[in-house]
Amino acid sequence: MCGIVGLYLKNPDLQGKLGELFCPMLVEMTERGPDSAGIATYHETAGTGSKVTLYHADRHFDWEDLVEEAERDLGVSLELRRISTHAILGAKDAATDLRGWAERNRPDVRIMSSGHSLEIFKEVGLPARVLEQFGIKGMHGTHAIGHTRMATESAVTTEGAHPFNTGDDLCLVHNGSLSNHHLWRDWLEKNAGITFQTENDSEVAAAYLTWRLREGASLSEALEAALKDLDGFYTFAVGTSDGFSVVRDPISCKHAIMAETDDWVAMATEYRALARLPGVKEARVWEPKPATVYSWGRA
Amino acid sequence: MQTLDLDRIDVRTANQQLHDGAGGDNEYEILNPMGRHAIAVGLDGPFEVAVRGHAGYYCGSMNKQANVTIEGNAGVGVAENIMSGRVHVKGYASQSAAATGHGGLVVIDGDASARCGISMKGVDIVVGGSVGHMSAFMAQFGHLVVCGDAGADLGDSIYEAKLFVRGSVESLGADCIEKEMKPEHLETLRGLLEQAGIDADPKEFRRYGSARQLYNFKIGNIGYY
Repeated sequence: MCGIVGLYLKNPDLQGKLGELFCPMLVEMTERGPDSAGIATYHETAGTGSKVTLYHADRHFDWEDLVEEAERDLGVSLELRRISTHAILGAKDAATDLRGWAERNRPDVRIMSSGHSLEIFKEVGLPARVLEQFGIKGMHGTHAIGHTRMATESAVTTEGAHPFNTGDDLCLVHNGSLSNHHLWRDWLEKNAGITFQTENDSEVAAAYLTWRLREGASLSEALEAALKDLDGFYTFAVGTSDGFSVVRDPISCKHAIMAETDDWVAMATEYRALARLPGVKEARVWEPKPATVYSWGRA
Repeated sequence: MQTLDLDRIDVRTANQQLHDGAGGDNEYEILNPMGRHAIAVGLDGPFEVAVRGHAGYYCGSMNKQANVTIEGNAGVGVAENIMSGRVHVKGYASQSAAATGHGGLVVIDGDASARCGISMKGVDIVVGGSVGHMSAFMAQFGHLVVCGDAGADLGDSIYEAKLFVRGSVESLGADCIEKEMKPEHLETLRGLLEQAGIDADPKEFRRYGSARQLYNFKIGNIGYY
């Protein structure tokens, strides 16, 4: 059992309140996943074309040293923002391959996310504590996706927490378990050049979608293909820099509910996570149908 | 009318008050359900309960005698294992509505999603809208009335429950077949629609039930036990 939530703001005036609206949604899913929690937020940072979120368990880790090394190797200057165990590195040029550099040179740090607007924070512990640790309540942005985890397929670790990102601003949260992820892991490693950070089945789903997007598919098209290629139980909530999608497997054992107003669209494993969003009483509320892709924005 | 506000008291306390009041003929309203689970479960008394908003999982489960109205949507397993009385969902119901219900009436004005009436054992279910896939799976007894459409694999491995569908059926499950609508079935259906307060012509419905061809129906197999 896990809990997933997603909030996509249609009204730009609400962007300053993203964290404030999002936090109660995730906390409400604590009983579904008290092991660990993760949050993905999308927001543009002025003057930043490319960013990567990195993690090291040591709160006193020497990020300045890492940044100096990266600046020297890449020949660019980088912005550094530290939040608890995470650090966000930003480069002006979108073509600066921060992820590639970290993968090649710093196996001692974990890559949480990379892209243009995505930042991912995750940690072991109760969702309320994790939200507090990263100051999510004060964050602004266009959309956010979160996960509360009750581990089944791999260990309770920060790395095993969702959301998963394998590059290019795509992130995925998953409630369920996949049964053919080993097959796809091998195939994506060999044929798509994707590097995996964990043994987690959900990371494979994220990688699969990253590969499809790189091949030119839209997010909706990638998810339609996933319905054929990924076997198992799943409700996925997926974000890209300017899109948000939800899909459930054809059996749809894993619960999901959605609500939409003129101002926002939200999804959660259970309605109670949506029950306090502004205007929810007038929202269109529905259960996503099996094997049907729902998308907003440029998805 | 007594008011139980779930923003002020927890669900367990509210349910205890409902259980303690089971002897009387009281009316209750439950405010701020906010999708909380297990609201008004295990009631055993002839009273009225109105849930003013959307309920979470298992609302009205194990109900006996009481008349529970949910003025919104209901989450997974609404009226699960209902024994008697009535549970009325004015919005839509999530998966496994009225699962394993032994008796009573469950009315859903909107749609019910997957596995509506799974393993039903005598409950009558009337759905104003459509039902999702695998509805009436292993349904043993009772009636499922669907005024809209039915999803894939309707009535898979069904026993003696009777299914009535007005719209289309995406597909029938194993051992479920269409059956002749006889006058007594039209009469039963008319009565159920009337009880549910749904204005529909019974003649527009088709009946489905068990072909009785699966293993459990073969008397010869009893020799193996």
